[in-house]
Amino acid sequence: MPMTITEKILAAHAGKEQVVPGELINARVDFVLGNDITAPVAIKEFEKIGVNDVFDRERIALVPDHFTPNKDIKSAEQAKLLKEFSRKHGLVNYFEVGRMGIEHCLLPEQGLVGPGDLIIGADSHTCTYGALGAFSTGVGSTDLAAAMALGETWLKVPESIKFEFAGKLQPWVGGKDLILHTIGDIGVDGALYQAMEFTGPAIESLSMDGRLTMCNMAIEAGGKNGIIVPDEITRTYVEGRCKRPYQFYQSDPDAKYEKIYHYDASLIEPQVAFPHLPENSRPVSEAGSVEIDQVVIGSCTNGRMEDLREAARLLKGKKVHKNVRLVVFPGTQEIYLQAMREGLFEIFVKAGGAVSTPTCGPCLGGHMGILAKGERAIATTNRNFVGRMGDPESEVYLANPAVAAASAILGRIAGPGEVE
Amino acid sequence: MELQGKTWKFGSDVDTDAIIPARYLNTSDPAELARHCMEDADPAFPDKVKPGDMIIAGKNFGCGSSREHAPIAIKAAGVSCVIAKTFARIFYRNAFNIGLPIFEAPEAAEDIKEGDEVTVDTGSGVITNKTTGKTYQATPVPPFMQQIIAAGGLINYVSERMK
Repeated sequence: MPMTITEKILAAHAGKEQVVPGELINARVDFVLGNDITAPVAIKEFEKIGVNDVFDRERIALVPDHFTPNKDIKSAEQAKLLKEFSRKHGLVNYFEVGRMGIEHCLLPEQGLVGPGDLIIGADSHTCTYGALGAFSTGVGSTDLAAAMALGETWLKVPESIKFEFAGKLQPWVGGKDLILHTIGDIGVDGALYQAMEFTGPAIESLSMDGRLTMCNMAIEAGGKNGIIVPDEITRTYVEGRCKRPYQFYQSDPDAKYEKIYHYDASLIEPQVAFPHLPENSRPVSEAGSVEIDQVVIGSCTNGRMEDLREAARLLKGKKVHKNVRLVVFPGTQEIYLQAMREGLFEIFVKAGGAVSTPTCGPCLGGHMGILAKGERAIATTNRNFVGRMGDPESEVYLANPAVAAASAILGRIAGPGEVE
Repeated sequence: MELQGKTWKFGSDVDTDAIIPARYLNTSDPAELARHCMEDADPAFPDKVKPGDMIIAGKNFGCGSSREHAPIAIKAAGVSCVIAKTFARIFYRNAFNIGLPIFEAPEAAEDIKEGDEVTVDTGSGVITNKTTGKTYQATPVPPFMQQIIAAGGLINYVSERMK
């Protein structure tokens, strides 16, 4: 029977010839992940299971990235649990501040996850790695604990939805805009429990950074995973990078999809998602006059090299508006170094912006850029829920790095065309 | 087992940031999380919720982050169960894993009003609105997940398997 890429990866990891949507399987995991918010709970639960060792000390990453560098004593205690657990079990992939990056920027970059893998992570944006042609999904802490002990997890095989993007992208339009447009179309539960497979010419020409951004936000449509069939762009990215053998899976031409959406990518403008749901997206040209107090460029969604370069292209030689604070968060130490070498930090700092060490910080209202009551931010992050970046009466608008940079210069939500 | 309580009603797409804001996630202590349960959806909720009370919600309850702190906060606040039209995927898993009873019942979630007295038979999934006398059937739970519930959560289930 024909299968989608998602079904093929799940079947291979369940030791089956084939699987069908709705089927419950026990699947072997190639890699698991936790962070400083979710892993402390997982560690506590792991210790209740009554096993002495983790299933594989090379296949677990603990990344303290949310409240780090530790923002207060309680956060420090949480992060310490990760450090101690990693030492006790000899975990190879524990990342201390200074080597740490935002988990979903870090793992692909370090070649810890690759095409054909099955990955679960105690973080909802674990779906990011689908961009590599992997099955990857977010779970809670208890699921992580069980997987750390067993090296397997139970999963329901999701139905797949295909999203076909025809046409060529307009300037300043990237993965963020395609995914915000999609979520705007289908809603925050438009792909509930389902696999979102992105395909078509516009995806084939999309860079790996752009693909990671798209799959990252599959969860914002309720999706179980986002996935892109691997191709030459994938091969170029993973060759010499992936630390384990990888496998390219394709969807069969006659595979079954629950639904197929067709979009003409050439008609999609840079998008802005208005408060308080990612589905409230609209073209930036229809944003109206929205004054802002803060601009955040970074996060697991848009904290990669291409994102920083895009923002720097617009900010070069310009000044951040007097009423606005701009904070830039490179996703990893490697991205940080590269951005420094390319002179991007000089552009940001001369424009009047601040550059931070990698952290999830403001994206989830943790630290390093919290909003006061009534304040408004435009951010390249992934969620604009009530209180997401601070006070419950603050507001977050989601956009791509170019829109964020243009808005920083003009002090209001603006398209890149207005400052070019 | 029969659950019984007064209901608190919320809308659709209640996200995990509303259930437990990230600013309180520098701890995983259930009692402390309970003190901020649903705070950004209704600041008075932690004070007014009583043991046994139920949360009634629209579609996609628990969307957003994977934080298990969300069902933990609800459970620790004394809420006996959540009845919603639909649940977000990770929240659904987490609730079973930690032993918070949840019921997918679109019609009940639509009909039941805040303050109604409701009972739920956890075995059969029959929901009874004592205030109106109307009964509803929740969507059946897959047999595998019933095993997790019977074992008392995922960790107990896994411990049994490892023996």
